[in-house]
Amino acid sequence: METQPLLELSHIRKQFGGVVAVEDFSLDLHPGEIVALVGDNGAGKSTLIKMISGVYQPTDGAIRLSGETVSFTDASEARARGIEVVYQDLALADQQPVYMNLFLGREKLMKGLPLLDRRSMVKEAQQLVEDLDVRIPSAKATIRDLSGGQRQGIAIARATHWAKQLILLDEPTAALGVAETAKVEKQIAALKERNVAILIISHSLDQVFRLSDRICVLRRGQQIGIRETAKTDKNEIVAMITGVN
Amino acid sequence: MDDPGLPERHFRNSGIPTVTDERLRQVSPLRRALVRPELGAICGAILVFVFFFMIAGDSGMFGPEGVQNWTVVSAQFAIIAVGACLLMIAGEFDLSVGSMIGFTGIVVAILSVQWGVPTWAAILIAFALSMAIGALNGILVIRTGLPSFIVSLAFLYILRGLTIWLSILTTRQTIIGGVRDAAEGDWLAALFGGVIFKGFFQWLGDIGVIDTFSRGTRAGQPVVEGIPMLVVWAIALIIFGHILLTRTKFGNWIFAAGGDAQAARYVGVPVNRVKILMFMFTAFCASVFAICQVMEFGSAAADRGLLKEFEAIICVVIGGALLTGGYGSVVGAALGALIFGVVQQGLFFSGAESSLFRVFLGTILIMAVILNTYIRRLITGERG
Repeated sequence: METQPLLELSHIRKQFGGVVAVEDFSLDLHPGEIVALVGDNGAGKSTLIKMISGVYQPTDGAIRLSGETVSFTDASEARARGIEVVYQDLALADQQPVYMNLFLGREKLMKGLPLLDRRSMVKEAQQLVEDLDVRIPSAKATIRDLSGGQRQGIAIARATHWAKQLILLDEPTAALGVAETAKVEKQIAALKERNVAILIISHSLDQVFRLSDRICVLRRGQQIGIRETAKTDKNEIVAMITGVN
Repeated sequence: MDDPGLPERHFRNSGIPTVTDERLRQVSPLRRALVRPELGAICGAILVFVFFFMIAGDSGMFGPEGVQNWTVVSAQFAIIAVGACLLMIAGEFDLSVGSMIGFTGIVVAILSVQWGVPTWAAILIAFALSMAIGALNGILVIRTGLPSFIVSLAFLYILRGLTIWLSILTTRQTIIGGVRDAAEGDWLAALFGGVIFKGFFQWLGDIGVIDTFSRGTRAGQPVVEGIPMLVVWAIALIIFGHILLTRTKFGNWIFAAGGDAQAARYVGVPVNRVKILMFMFTAFCASVFAICQVMEFGSAAADRGLLKEFEAIICVVIGGALLTGGYGSVVGAALGALIFGVVQQGLFFSGAESSLFRVFLGTILIMAVILNTYIRRLITGERG
């Protein structure tokens, strides 16, 4: 990897009161690369994602984006820099149509008027879901009426649409069935081809091995190690996760 | 399914690709058109009009004076319902609306009558105070994380108590008169009292479309002088609220803040700001109501606005909004207000005991909510 890393985390530490959630974590992430974060519950994976996306601020250490040190005070600042997050609880507004969810917080307005340009949002949303093969009745469908897989498809489509550089996926398939998971994995692979950097949290080692280039293991806030996916196996990773040889 | 009359059939031919690997829920355009929050309120309004047309059609209820009568009452409901509607869609309640009405009125009266402040300044100060209290309401809800039901319930009592205390402290009574004299010729007060299109209505009177007074000091003048400013405010607020909610970015944020606040925060919607602004808007609407009333009566009373918060909420719920937020319509709420006004005045015109109004109110509320829920389930097939 001779390119400049897109995201550099160096010696990140996060403390909540007396509890250290993440200790001395360092990782480089390159464009077009998928790194998987694995570890048991409470290992600090979600905390890390939240620090990168600006929800939490690290107690110590530096986050650099394309070489520039950044310090986000909230999630919208990270979004403005092209970082998108897909949460396991989807984060879609149930009563709203698909296209409004895709554009929520970044609505398109008519030229010269402070009014919503619904037509062009619907059109763009329709195009987007077709490109990503998210099968929904229409971009005007209400989220409430969609299945879990369709909803996750929308959440990923939204991230795909807006992410310029980096997508953070927090257990994107935790709530999905087998066929739906396969589809989401296909979307993630497509993102990689678009040269987006991807950091994914997953509890499914099969999925991690299918998708990732590198695997980073955390245990109780400690960074246990990083392995290239092609040069490791499940036994090694499980041993690293559990600490049992 | 094979019955050609069923919407599914119509749908199968509409060119949407058949997908077998996903649990697709097809929703026909007809159904989607019917699943509008206003549907129940539209049916209700038609029903109420037909009902009173039959039992009170010859009582003058639908003559010019009668129309003006229930229009004004409906407009009063509509003004506070618009505020309550946007706030409820944003996921919050304000139970202090009624107390806010009493408070704003007393503030205007004390300032203009007792302290000799120009009425326009008194009105502006009253607006500023009530909106500041609305903001405080909102900030408390956001900061403490308590339900707005509790916070605004506290303000219901605090504001009412303060209003009575202020009034007795300054005038030794709970009614302050002389506001109209103080407001004579005031440019801002004119926006809240009186009527517009006087000339047009005089002309209507002259050509005999509406009756004119035949005796007394107003002989020759039409029985309906013009459109009351109260009605103008109601219409303006309904239009403003409707456009804000359905056509602007901010309106979309209101839906999102009430529908799923966490999801909205994740994508950078300033949920707290939206909610606090909606509390302020509700307070603004309550103040418009209060000042129109003060200008109409020429006096302020500390007990004005009693139970108005609930009437506003009832209008909104009849209008199809969900108590849990994220769903609703300003037009629906306005129709709810219309139903209210027509029922209240219709009972009067039909000679029914006026105390029965509250019985009707409660009954209509339950019927409307059942109808709304039932229709929604029937059409969407949704659970719960």
